Amino acid sequence: MRESIARVEATRPARLQDGPPPAMTPEEREKVLAEYHPDYKAEKKRELAIGVSAGNVVPSEVADMLEAHLLVDPAKIDLSRVDYDLDVLIIGGGGAGTVAAIFAHQEGIPAENILIVTKLRHGDCNSTMAQGGIQAADRPEDSPAIHYIDVMGGGHYANKPELVQAMVDDGPEIIRWHEELGVMYDKENGEYMEAHGGGTSRKRMHSCKDYTGKAIFNPIRDEARNLGIPTLEFSPVIELLLDGEGKAAGAITYNLETGEYRVIRAKATVLATGGFGRVHIQNFPTTNHYGATADGLVIAYRAGAKLLDMDSVQYHPTGVVYPSAILGQLATEKLRSQGAMPLNADGEAFVYPLEPRDVEAAAIIRECWSREKGIETPAGIRGVWLDTPMIDEIHGEGTIKDWLAAMWTMWNRHGIDITKDPALVYPTLHYQNGGVEIEADGETSVPGLFAGGEVEGGVHGKNRLMGNSLLGYNVFGRRAGIAAAKWAKKKKSKIKTLSLQHAVDFEQQLADAGIETDLQSPMLLPDYRSKSVLERSLGRFV
Amino acid sequence: MSTSSENTIRIYVMGSAYEVPRGLTIMNAMEHAGWRFTRGAGCRSGFCGACSTVYRHEGDYRLRFVLACQTEAEDGMYLVQLPFTPAPRVSYTLAELNPDENVLLQHYPEIARCVSCNTCTKACPQDIEVMDYVQAALRGDIAQTASLSFDCIQCGLCSMRCPADIKHYHMAQMARRIYGRYMSPITEHLEDRIAEIEKGVYEEELDALVKMTRSELEDIYAARVVE
Repeated sequence: MRESIARVEATRPARLQDGPPPAMTPEEREKVLAEYHPDYKAEKKRELAIGVSAGNVVPSEVADMLEAHLLVDPAKIDLSRVDYDLDVLIIGGGGAGTVAAIFAHQEGIPAENILIVTKLRHGDCNSTMAQGGIQAADRPEDSPAIHYIDVMGGGHYANKPELVQAMVDDGPEIIRWHEELGVMYDKENGEYMEAHGGGTSRKRMHSCKDYTGKAIFNPIRDEARNLGIPTLEFSPVIELLLDGEGKAAGAITYNLETGEYRVIRAKATVLATGGFGRVHIQNFPTTNHYGATADGLVIAYRAGAKLLDMDSVQYHPTGVVYPSAILGQLATEKLRSQGAMPLNADGEAFVYPLEPRDVEAAAIIRECWSREKGIETPAGIRGVWLDTPMIDEIHGEGTIKDWLAAMWTMWNRHGIDITKDPALVYPTLHYQNGGVEIEADGETSVPGLFAGGEVEGGVHGKNRLMGNSLLGYNVFGRRAGIAAAKWAKKKKSKIKTLSLQHAVDFEQQLADAGIETDLQSPMLLPDYRSKSVLERSLGRFV
Repeated sequence: MSTSSENTIRIYVMGSAYEVPRGLTIMNAMEHAGWRFTRGAGCRSGFCGACSTVYRHEGDYRLRFVLACQTEAEDGMYLVQLPFTPAPRVSYTLAELNPDENVLLQHYPEIARCVSCNTCTKACPQDIEVMDYVQAALRGDIAQTASLSFDCIQCGLCSMRCPADIKHYHMAQMARRIYGRYMSPITEHLEDRIAEIEKGVYEEELDALVKMTRSELEDIYAARVVE
């Protein structure tokens, strides 16, 4: 590896002078995607056999999860004893869920009639882990229309147009809301320091150093706490409830620590459960938090919610390869937007650093496995260099430590100084591009069920651009929260019937389709115990 | 007594010994040994503060403070996780605060009990100068409190160690929000853009884009000029 680093150092002065290689043409992009992107391997996907989106092609791991047995036999659940009677139930304590709760409250629902239920802690979510930034078209050189074009092109024109319109239109207003909440955006002389992201044609990435996700989410959570919005932690939803007429009516939660279930009746429900990184599609490592296990897709699908664009998966181009202890963790796109170039073993720049994520990832895979120009670690994993020392060369010494502090700290904990040496990276499973199909106000195909954040499908098409997940969860969390509040306010009386018949029916559909599986879902948490432990496990207490 | 080999190390989880492979984080090492976390694992990338871990090395009296997901397990570590901090936080209405130099002290009067022992700083897995920001808060310097605490992930180890029972991380969160709202200027063009959107300046253009066919959009995309 040291020899290869010497070659990187040798080519650095010329690269600093010449700039990056040119961006690919649309034809070149299509070619590298078709040949190298994991999404384009037809044998790794299959059609859903049952449910409202039967016939949709999804990753095999997702199909397995959607076509699995119920976690709990509905006959064991006593629906006559209601533990919580709510106006608005929010499922998921991450970004979208918390935003939805705040806006449902602003729309007139008293805090005590709202409840955020969440699998782990309030704030164990991908929203808090985002590093690079949030897009919003607020500069005079930019416009919502230009933002729209970037999003559609990046998403391969599969995005639902009205959702993209909603997102780009709401963007600047979301940034102002964050200002009111006290989010500390990076500014210079009173102006936002806005940068490019992969696939953007204008600089519209607002950042908070490389802690953007945390710096936005924590004030949002703090505000929810100030407003007194109640939370129920370590209590994932294992099944939605319907009212006997196909409308959302609440949910069943399962306490991870006591094993107890709870019955929640709600006039409106917001699904904000995030994505599926911990399902490890095609065995990729992931940047995602521990609870990202596609639970929301599973429970919504059983309740009759349509899915959209679930065939596409986002692999972030630059996950950590070395040291292997932190394999797959995120190396933010901001490193590239500040000038770091991806390089092969010979120190050659082989790709424009800010292609849309799917294209950039495919180019890195090609460099490692077709052109055989990757760098192999002692653990036998291949990657390419990300020439981080270029950042301080371009922007001045101290830039990395001041503005990319999280990245510097992450590698420094393992004895790697990215101001001096390049980092080794490879694509890592990052984002669920599709999900539960929504309309512009977060409505799903199940009346009374609204969705926002990574669990929704339609906003990002087949490939999300950097900075549109933070924007997306704010825009659609807010819209879903407001729509849920309006829905609840229209219902003057309590829901009379609570039913799990849809879950019973789903089991029957599995049997009718001849699907044989040992899997039960939702998955709730991945299991990383070693094989040697599992082989001898009696499973009494764990 | 260390029993490490070329490929394995011995760690002690709450006193019990386990042999685990070298080169794993503390979190992965515990999972390898058979733990399946509910508490004590969150983002697994160093941003959420769920996996606060206290350890000491065999033969050393000193306690050290790290994140289990960001730290490689070493031979002879005696480990315990502290996944929750019972620290009260104060509710407030940001829009109605008077952001003067006393505001932090009024809401968190216990910061005046700081004895400058620096134990909080030593306990911080993010290497934040915690005591310095508490001192800044005492002086009423909100900007300094906000900037020094910026990297805080609210794991709570500072407050667990503090002999004066200060709730550092809650106070610092409040300071950052006050700074963000009251002391960091709003960029003018943001307000201009919001006014334009409200006036419907972009409505026609966006409505037209929404109706376009894929090939029309492809042409516009191909003709983009990248700033």
